[in-house]
Amino acid sequence: MSRDFRRQLPNADVYLQRQAGWLERVHIDLWLLLALLTVIVGGLFILYSATSENQEDILRQVYRLLFALGVMVLVAQISPRQLQRFSPMLFLIGVLLLLAVLLFGVQAKGAQRWLNLGVFRFQPSEVMKLTMPMMMAWYLARQGLPPRWKHLLISAVIIAGPVLLIAKQPDLGTSLLVGVAAVFVLLLAGLSWRIIGFLGALAGASLPLLWMVMHEYQRQRVLTFLDPEKDPLGTGWNIIQSKTAIGSGGIDGKGWLQGTQSQLEFLPERHTDFIVAVLAEEFGLIGVCILLCVYLVIIWRGMMIAMNAQDTYGRLLAGSITLTFFTYVFVNIGMVSGILPVVGVPLPLISFGGTSSVTLLAGFGMLMSIQTHKNLLKR
Amino acid sequence: MIKASTSASQHASSKRDAALNSQKFTYPWRWYLLLSLLALAAVLLGWRLLDLQIFSRDFLQTQGDARTLRNEPIMALRGMITDRHGEPLAVSTPVVTLWTNPQQLPQDERVIRALAQSLQVPYQELSERLALYQGKEFMYLRRQLTPSEAKAVMALEIPGVYAQDEFRRYYPAGEVTAHLVGFNDVDDQGQEGIELAYNRLLTGIPGEKRVLKDRKGRVVRDLYTLSEPRPGKNITLSIDLRLQYLAYRELKAAVSQHKAKSGSLVMLDARTGEVLALVSQPSYNPNNRAQLDAEGLRNRALTDQIEPGSIVKPITVAAAMRTGMYQTETLVNTSPGYMTLNRRTIRDLRNYGNMPVHKIITKSSNIGVARMALSLSDPDTVWQLMYELGFGQSVGTGFPGEGLGKLPHPPKWRPIQLATLSYGYGFTVTPLQAAQAYTALSGHGNKYPVTLFKQEKQPQGVPVLPPKISRSVLEMMETVTHSGGTGTRARIPGYRVAGKTGTTHKVGEEGYTDDYRAIFAGIAPVSDPRLIAVVVVDSPAGQEYYGGLVAAPVFSRVVGSSLRLLNVPPDDPETLTTTFEP
Repeated sequence: MSRDFRRQLPNADVYLQRQAGWLERVHIDLWLLLALLTVIVGGLFILYSATSENQEDILRQVYRLLFALGVMVLVAQISPRQLQRFSPMLFLIGVLLLLAVLLFGVQAKGAQRWLNLGVFRFQPSEVMKLTMPMMMAWYLARQGLPPRWKHLLISAVIIAGPVLLIAKQPDLGTSLLVGVAAVFVLLLAGLSWRIIGFLGALAGASLPLLWMVMHEYQRQRVLTFLDPEKDPLGTGWNIIQSKTAIGSGGIDGKGWLQGTQSQLEFLPERHTDFIVAVLAEEFGLIGVCILLCVYLVIIWRGMMIAMNAQDTYGRLLAGSITLTFFTYVFVNIGMVSGILPVVGVPLPLISFGGTSSVTLLAGFGMLMSIQTHKNLLKR
Repeated sequence: MIKASTSASQHASSKRDAALNSQKFTYPWRWYLLLSLLALAAVLLGWRLLDLQIFSRDFLQTQGDARTLRNEPIMALRGMITDRHGEPLAVSTPVVTLWTNPQQLPQDERVIRALAQSLQVPYQELSERLALYQGKEFMYLRRQLTPSEAKAVMALEIPGVYAQDEFRRYYPAGEVTAHLVGFNDVDDQGQEGIELAYNRLLTGIPGEKRVLKDRKGRVVRDLYTLSEPRPGKNITLSIDLRLQYLAYRELKAAVSQHKAKSGSLVMLDARTGEVLALVSQPSYNPNNRAQLDAEGLRNRALTDQIEPGSIVKPITVAAAMRTGMYQTETLVNTSPGYMTLNRRTIRDLRNYGNMPVHKIITKSSNIGVARMALSLSDPDTVWQLMYELGFGQSVGTGFPGEGLGKLPHPPKWRPIQLATLSYGYGFTVTPLQAAQAYTALSGHGNKYPVTLFKQEKQPQGVPVLPPKISRSVLEMMETVTHSGGTGTRARIPGYRVAGKTGTTHKVGEEGYTDDYRAIFAGIAPVSDPRLIAVVVVDSPAGQEYYGGLVAAPVFSRVVGSSLRLLNVPPDDPETLTTTFEP
């Protein structure tokens, strides 16, 4: 066992270290695994309450999460070098899948986001959440740091394709997150501050343009965010309800399964995007803080892995995945608590639904791979 | 800036150098900046949650409660109506009414079919009604289901279907007490009888409770009671259900035997004026009013105003005796059996010649009582006693549609008016009024106000007649049931019975018709009167129509059985043996 690793587990006892050694050989990072499992198991309890004690739904979610964890373990076995080598190909496949969605996709809820594969429906934009940072990390690591104007232009092309394709579905939330994942790679790659400032100003200037190309419902969401009381029974309902649910939880909450706003169906989307309001109502400020802390442990560990990565590709990829994960958490809790407009971002690993969990855990599998393969190589 | 210089040197190096450099941790403080931004965002989230969950908590909690907490009424139990012994005559049972908000109901044919099936309503009917109520927010699905039936429907968990607890009135005695007790409408409000008259008293005051409701308005949990419901008052009637059953059975049999149109029977407790039985024919089933007709609804004993006929003759005699002009044995000339007054002739069945006063009652002589009434110095004498006995005035039961009767008092009495008054024509009474008047004849001279409610203590009678006169009149009435009297069929084995028959012509569109009303009013036992009963059979269509033939047997059977049921000691035991010997 390397000295590095021992340093990273300052409080762990000998038993834990021995466990870590064994886990390292199967490419599992103990800290990450424990934190992820904490969120997942705790999340199932919240989900049980949010689905009004629907055991069938919980069982389905458990199967999905087990599958996702399996994917994570499998991905962790692939070495970072392997990942790096297949990045462009995976990206290309992702783009092709997005094109396929555009052409043969399945319509649902007014959006065309899915491919029907007979057995199950598949959402290629989710894949793009991983292949985009992989591609960016591959490209920038190949070109050498820091990226220059020329690289930036090519990066813009790489980013624009998938982002626009996803935005067209329409799925603004995912397209922004995919874009954000790419931007994180650029930032970590040492994009010069001048360029960052210039692009920031450009983005600010293009906001009115964005407003113009946005769909009506998207504009409505922004307006609702700015003033939810304007239409409290219509578009403002979700956010007012979620704030009410969070606020009425108080410090220690109403107790598991006792939340009135969530249990009595006043809270919309309570088992998907707004699940954190259920947590806040039933477990109070204490409950949300514990959840935030566990999330922060995951993020801290992810950043640790990134900073200690052996090569640029691994560092950029791990950093981007971790920061994107944080973005999910922040955007979701921010939107539910009313400091961000409502975009369809689920609470990672807790909200009901399988696809995002698979993508997220696959991402963590990559983090584990980056961490554990490094140590093996050194030995 | 340090940053700029490092990036410049990096830029200067070749691609291979870059690959070598990548082993190093590049741009460390860029990472630290991102990490601090990240920490800032976490703090922002934390602050927001603190703001919502601690600073805005009270407001948001109130908001939350405003969505979920509601006040709901707790139904108050309606008072029970019982007979004098506590036998239930009207009781409330819990039922469930199902209603729907058609706008919330799924527009799925399968769902509606399942709903119709569980409601036991034809699908066609339900869907038509739903179409009619489209756009409305309330429609009854079915009212007053039993709790188990409603539970089966609610188990389908169809959105927009709601249950509401209610009470339904049930009348255990059915048609036997239908007229008296009345019934409630589907909203549990009195529509007839005691239910209507004492609706306010019977209706309780609903309480209120705090409940937790979900978004669809379903009550999820009862939290606490705000105010207890106050159940309605129970009403104990003076009716004795056993006697009521008896009276009902016998009257119904008589009405059907004589093919009569209708009939009524009132039985009073002679000592208190309490109504022990009050029945009318035809009747109806208050528990299932599908085939209800207006004829069946009438409580004839209370509402029908009839010319009493001969049954008032004892009153005329009592009034005459009260003046002191007549005694029991005073002779009255009834020859030649008819009399013309104001160009109208009144007559007896035959010429009875000179008769003592008691014989006039025995034979029911119209001429006799007319002569007596006409001979009195004050023409108001008879009218005065009738008025004192309650004719033409409310009995005071508070019963809806209670008849007052009509006792006209002309400014100047014409002889014919006095004559007809004396034998019961030209004014109307209800059977109940007639029975009330007889309380004064039952030996003590006290009139007892009639009541439908059980009296806890002996009510104060109103002295109307000197007990001696009342006693003599009663004994005269006893002769009616003796051989040679008109009411021999009213005899009761073992008991002395006093009474008076009446057979009146009914009034049609053009004066009196050949349609009759058979009446018998009686008191038993004579030695110590306990029961007074008035039996009226309207339009008997058979061979017999005299009161003594049609009404008297009903009296005999009902009062006889009642006396035995009440354990009244026989005061004429000899008739018992003779009756049972062939």
